[in-house]
Amino acid sequence: MLETVITMMEELLERDAGTVKPEDEFREYEEWDSLAYLSVIAKIDEDFGMVVPLDDFRQCRTVRALSEYLDKHAG
Amino acid sequence: MAYLHFKNVGITGIAAVVPKKIIKNSEYTHFMSAEEVASIIKMTGIAERRFADDQTCSSDLCLAAAERLLNDNKIDRTEIDILIFVSQTPDYRTPPTSMLLQDKLNLAKSTGAFDINLGCSGYVYGLATAFLMASQPGIRKVLLLNGETKSKAYSTKDKSTSLLFGDAGAATLVEKIDNENPTVISMNSDGSGYEHILMPGGGYRKPSSVETLLERQYEDGSIRTEEHGSMNGPAVFNFTITSVPADIKATLAEASTNWDEIDYFIPHQANKFITDHIAKKFKISPGKVLYSLDKYGNTSSVSIPLTLVSRLGQSIKNKEIKVALSGFGVGLSWGTVITSLSHCSVSALGEL
Repeated sequence: MLETVITMMEELLERDAGTVKPEDEFREYEEWDSLAYLSVIAKIDEDFGMVVPLDDFRQCRTVRALSEYLDKHAG
Repeated sequence: MAYLHFKNVGITGIAAVVPKKIIKNSEYTHFMSAEEVASIIKMTGIAERRFADDQTCSSDLCLAAAERLLNDNKIDRTEIDILIFVSQTPDYRTPPTSMLLQDKLNLAKSTGAFDINLGCSGYVYGLATAFLMASQPGIRKVLLLNGETKSKAYSTKDKSTSLLFGDAGAATLVEKIDNENPTVISMNSDGSGYEHILMPGGGYRKPSSVETLLERQYEDGSIRTEEHGSMNGPAVFNFTITSVPADIKATLAEASTNWDEIDYFIPHQANKFITDHIAKKFKISPGKVLYSLDKYGNTSSVSIPLTLVSRLGQSIKNKEIKVALSGFGVGLSWGTVITSLSHCSVSALGEL
C-alpha cells in the first residue's frame, strides 16, 4: 500500500519519482493545495471505492499515515 | 427515502435566458495570479460565465425566459394555475418574488404562486413540486421558474467561489400528457452540513449590520463579508461524491431502469471535476453526459434546464428522450429525476 500511495502522490502532485517519502508531511509540499486535495480524494475513491471522511483525512499527516489508514479501511 | 412516482405528467416546454455580459475567467485575474486562475479553470472546466448588470434581478431573467416559453408555444396564460419561483436571490426579502412575477406575466389572480428557497438542488425539488401540483385534477398548467444572480451573492475576492458562479433564468412548463411517461423523483436533505454553503449574515439569526458588511480576510487569503456566500469546497466535494452517486443509483433502481436506457445524464453543473468523477463512477459513456458549465458556469438551480436548452435545443422535439437529472448543493440537499422528454419543446436560448 505504501508504494501505491507514494506513486499516487507523485502522479497527482506532478512530483519527480523518488521525491515522495513515507515520513513526508504531504501538506508541506509546494504543490499541495485544495485542488490537490480533490484529486487525492477522488483517486482514492476511484481505486479503493471509498471516500475518506474529511476528519479522518485531516488525521493523516504523513504519506505513511495515509497508507496505513487505507490499509485499515479500504477494501 | 422520499420518492415520488408519476404517470401521465411531463415537462412540455423549457426556455432559458442568460445575461449578455460575458466574463472570461482567464481574464479574471484581479485577485489571483494568472497561473492560479488557469489551474482552477482546468479543474472546474468553467471558462466563461454571464453576469447580470446592476438593474437585472433573477426575476427579470425568469420573466424573459417565461415570455419566450409562453410565446413560442402559444400558451393560453389563463391555463397557468400555479407559478413556482425557485431562487436564493429574490427581489426582496418580502414579499415573495413569485407574486410580482404573477402580475408581470399577466397571469390570472386565481393563480397559486409561491417561492422555494433552494440552490443547486432546486430544479429537482422544483420539478417534484410542479409534478405533484400538475397531477391534481383541478390544475391545468404549472409554470416553474428557476432564477439566480449568484454573481451578486459571492465575493469577487474569494478563492473558493469567485470563478464558479454565473447568472441565468429558466422557465419550465409541467402538465398532464397523453403518454404514460413514468417519472420518479427523489429528494434528500442533511442539515448537519448547513455550514458548508452558507451566507452567515443578513438573515434573522445575524441581522444585517455594519459588522456583517465588514470585509474580512480568511485563512486562505480570501476576502469576503458575512453577507457574501461562503463554501467549504472540500466538505461539499466529499458530500457530493458520496451521497449523490448513491442517490442516483437508488433512484434508477426505484424507476426500474438502468444507464443503458438513459439517453442523457444532466447533472447540476457544479464543476467538471465533480461531474466527471460521478460519470466515471457509473461508467457512463462520455457522450451521454451533458455540460454547459464551460460557457455559463455554475448557475445554481438553473444549470440543468440551461444545459438542456443550450446543449439539446430543438433536437429532442418529438423524440422519446429519457433523462436522468441530478441536483445537489446548499442545505445540504440533493435529488434525482428520471423522466422522459417525449412531449417537450425546447426554445432557443435567449439573452437579456
